[in-house]
Amino acid sequence: MKLLKLVPDDTNIKFLRWRVPFYVVSILLIAASWGLVLTKGLNYGVDFAGGLNITATFTESTEAPVGDLRDTVSELGYGEPVVQRFGDDNQVSIRVPLPDSVEGNPEAAQNIANAIVAELEASFADFRLDGNENVSGKVSDEFRSDAAFALIAAMLAVALYIWIRFEWQFGVGALFALFHDVSLTLGMFSLFQLEFSLQIIAAILAIIGYSLNDTIVVYDRIRENLKKYRKMPTPELLDLSVNETLARTVMTSLTLLIALVPLLAFGPASLFGMVAAITLGIFVGTYSSVYMAAPILIWLGVDSHSFVPTETEADKQDKIARGEA
Amino acid sequence: MLDFPLWKRGWFWGLTLALTALALPSIFSLSGARWPAALPDPEVNLGLDLAGGSHILLEADPTEVAVQRLRNMEESVRSTLRRAEPAVSFGDVSTAEGRLSFMVQSVADVDRARSLLEPLLNGEGLVREWNLTVVDETRIVLTPTEAGLEAAVNAAMDSSQDVIDRRINALGTREPTIIRQGENRIVVQVPGLEDPDQVKELVGRTAKLEFKLVNENALQTDLAQGIAEPGQQIFPYAPDSPFFGQNVAVYRLGGIDGGSLIRAQASRNQDNEDVVVIQFDQQGGNRFAKLTSENVGKQFAIVLDGEVISAPVINDRILSGVSEISGSFTPESAQQLAISLQSGALPVDLTVVEERTVGPDLGAESIRLGLLAMLVGSIAVVTLMIASYGRFGVYATIALIFNVLMILGIMALMNTTLTLPGIAGFVLTIGAAVDANVLINERIREERKRGRRVIAAVENGYREASRAIFDANITNFIAGVLLFMFGTGPIRGFAVVLIIGLFTSVFTAVSLTRMWVAGWLRRTRPQDLNI
Repeated sequence: MKLLKLVPDDTNIKFLRWRVPFYVVSILLIAASWGLVLTKGLNYGVDFAGGLNITATFTESTEAPVGDLRDTVSELGYGEPVVQRFGDDNQVSIRVPLPDSVEGNPEAAQNIANAIVAELEASFADFRLDGNENVSGKVSDEFRSDAAFALIAAMLAVALYIWIRFEWQFGVGALFALFHDVSLTLGMFSLFQLEFSLQIIAAILAIIGYSLNDTIVVYDRIRENLKKYRKMPTPELLDLSVNETLARTVMTSLTLLIALVPLLAFGPASLFGMVAAITLGIFVGTYSSVYMAAPILIWLGVDSHSFVPTETEADKQDKIARGEA
Repeated sequence: MLDFPLWKRGWFWGLTLALTALALPSIFSLSGARWPAALPDPEVNLGLDLAGGSHILLEADPTEVAVQRLRNMEESVRSTLRRAEPAVSFGDVSTAEGRLSFMVQSVADVDRARSLLEPLLNGEGLVREWNLTVVDETRIVLTPTEAGLEAAVNAAMDSSQDVIDRRINALGTREPTIIRQGENRIVVQVPGLEDPDQVKELVGRTAKLEFKLVNENALQTDLAQGIAEPGQQIFPYAPDSPFFGQNVAVYRLGGIDGGSLIRAQASRNQDNEDVVVIQFDQQGGNRFAKLTSENVGKQFAIVLDGEVISAPVINDRILSGVSEISGSFTPESAQQLAISLQSGALPVDLTVVEERTVGPDLGAESIRLGLLAMLVGSIAVVTLMIASYGRFGVYATIALIFNVLMILGIMALMNTTLTLPGIAGFVLTIGAAVDANVLINERIREERKRGRRVIAAVENGYREASRAIFDANITNFIAGVLLFMFGTGPIRGFAVVLIIGLFTSVFTAVSLTRMWVAGWLRRTRPQDLNI
C-alpha cells in the first residue's frame, strides 16, 4: 500500500531568502497590534471588565430578537448593553456594564442583575436563562493582573529553559517568537473586537505551548546540524534545518487543525472564542517558528562554535599533564 | 534500545490497563449508562459549566473583623478591670483609629491594670495579638498586632466556612464544594441546582438575630431623621414587611441574641401563617422568660441582620424557652430563615463578589457537542495518521486511545473536575501526542532514506526524536504549571488536563509505541519498512 506523503522528499525551499522583508512586515504587524490594543483596546468580557453577563436561549424562535433585547435592557437605565449572537441564532449573550455607583457594592449589583432578568422574562415569553455571570470590579481587576502576570511569567520561564538547554541566542529567539504570537493574537482580538475573557488567556497559553513545540523542533534540528555541518554558512544551515523538519511541521499542524475544526464548527458556543484563538495561533505559531525564531539566530550570531565546548586554560593544562598536547 | 525485557513489558501494560480501568466508571456515566453500584467508582467530576449549577465567590471585609475584635476587646477590658479586687477605675474609653485607649486614675493603677490585662494580649500559641503601651503616664493604649489581626480574620473565615457548610448541606443538594480561597474569600459551588437565588439567600445572610425591647413612644419623624434617645438604636423594617418604610427605636441593652439558639424550624401557627419556631438553650430560655415576664403588654422587635422582621406585643410570659417568629413569610422563606438560624450566625458579613450560574440544559448540550466534536476530530486525525504512516499510524492510534483513557483515569483517581476548557485541553493533548508520533515517524523515514537498516532506523528515529519531544513537553509543562498557579476556576480545569496529558502522552506516544514496534520487529524481522 502506498502511504500518503504530504511533503515530497528532499524539499529545498529557500525560506530564509525573504527573511528581511518578512521581518519588516512582522515587526510592523506587531507594532500595529500594540497600537490597536492601546488605542482601540480589547473588548473585555465580564471576567476582566466586571459587570453582568446573561446568556439566554429563545426556545420558540429561530432568531433571537437582538434589537428588542437591546432596547428592553437599555430602557431599564443601567447603561448600554452589549447584545451579541452566541452560538446558534436563537442564543444571545447580553453584557451590561455596571454603573460606577455600585462599584464595591455587590448587593446593588445583584439587584440590578435580578431586575434585568425579571424584566426579560416578563417581556419575552420564550426567554430561557442559560447562564448568568456577575463579576465585581475588584475581582475582575485581579483577574486582569493575574492573567497578565501568568502570560509574562510563562513566556520568560520557557525562554529561560531554552537558554539553559540550548544557547542564549535560542532563548532570545524563542522569546521573540512568542512575543510575536501573543502580540498578533491580541491585535486580532482588538481589531475584530472579539470578547476577551479568561478562556482566551488559556487559549493564548496554549498558543505559546504550541508555538514553542514548533520552535523547539526547528531549534533541535539546527543544533544537530550545527554539530554535523561545521563549515556550512548559517543561512544555508537554517534553511536545511527548516526543510528537514517541514514534513513534521505540515503533518502536525494539519492534524491539530482537523481536530480543532469540528470543535469550531459544531462544538459548544461557549468554547468558540477559545478554539478560534487556538486555531489562529496554529498559523501564527507555525509562521513565527520558521520566519521569526530561525532568522534571528543569524543576526544574534549563532555558529558551529556555539555547541563546541570551549577549551579553557585549565583544560589545556590538563591535556598537557596527560601528555595529549 | 528495542530490547523490552518481560518485566518492563509487564510494568508498561500494568500501568496502562490499571489507569484505563479507572476511566471506565466515568465513561459509563458520561454516556448515560449506569455503573454497577457494587463496584468502586472513582469518577471525574463535571465542572459547573458542564453540569450546570452555581459558583459564588464570597468575600469578607477584614476591617470589619478588626472593628468587631476591637469591640470585643473593649468589652473584655471593661469587665476585667471592673471584676478585679479592688476594681480598677478607668475612663475616657476610645476606640478611634483601630486602637483601644483608656485612662486609669493614678500612676499606681497602671501597673495593676497592666498585669490584669496581660492574659488578654496573647492568643493561642502565645502569639502576641495586642501591644500594650502607656502614654502620658496614665493612658493605656492597646494596639492590635499584624499577627493578631491575621489570626482573627483566619478564625472568622474558618467558622464562616463551617456555617455555610451547614446551611448548604441543609438544602440536601448533591456534593456542594465549599472551600476557602486566599485570605478572606470563600468559594461555594453547588452543582445541578435549579434555583441559584436560593443559595445566594442562604450564604449571603449573616443571620444575626436579636430580640430588643421597643421604645413605643419614639416619633416616626425623629426616627426618619436618625434621631434616637441615648441608649437606643434605630432599625428599619425589612422590605417584605407590611410596615416597610417605617423605623423602630429599640433599647440597646436588655435584649437577647440568637447565639443561644439551639433549634429553629419552619412551621405554621394556628392562623395558618408561616412562622419559624425557635428554641433557646437553658441560659437563653431563662433570660427570655425574664424579658417576657417583666414586659407583658410591651412590644419587642425581632431584628434580623439589622432589619426588623416583626415587632409583636408580648401577650404573656414565655417560660418554655420556645418562641415563634412571624412576619410575612412564605413557606420557602420561613424554611430558609430556619436553616440560617439553625446553622448559626456568620461571624462576619460576606458579600458576593463573583457569581456564575449555568442552567442545566446548556451544560448537557455543551457536553454532547463537545464529545461529538472530539469524536469527529479524532476520527479525522486517526484516518490521516494511518494513511500517512501505515502500521506505525495504527500503533499511534491505539496509543492515542489509551492516552485519552489514561487521562480520564488519572483525573478520576485525583478526583479532579472536568470543565469546558478542559475539553479543549484534551484536544490539545491529543495534538501533542500526535506530534510526538509524527516526529518519531518522520525521523524513521529520514533514517531509512539515508540507507540505515530497519532496526537501526527505528532505533535512531526514537532516539533522535526524543530530545525534541522532551524539550517541547518540559516547556509546555512550565506553561501549564503557571497557568494552574495563576488561573482560576475553569482555566485551572484546562491546566489540569494539559499537565496530566503531557505525562500520559509522552508515555503512550513514546514508550508504548516503542514497545509495540519492538515486539513486531522481533517477531517478523522485516527487511523493509512501509513508512
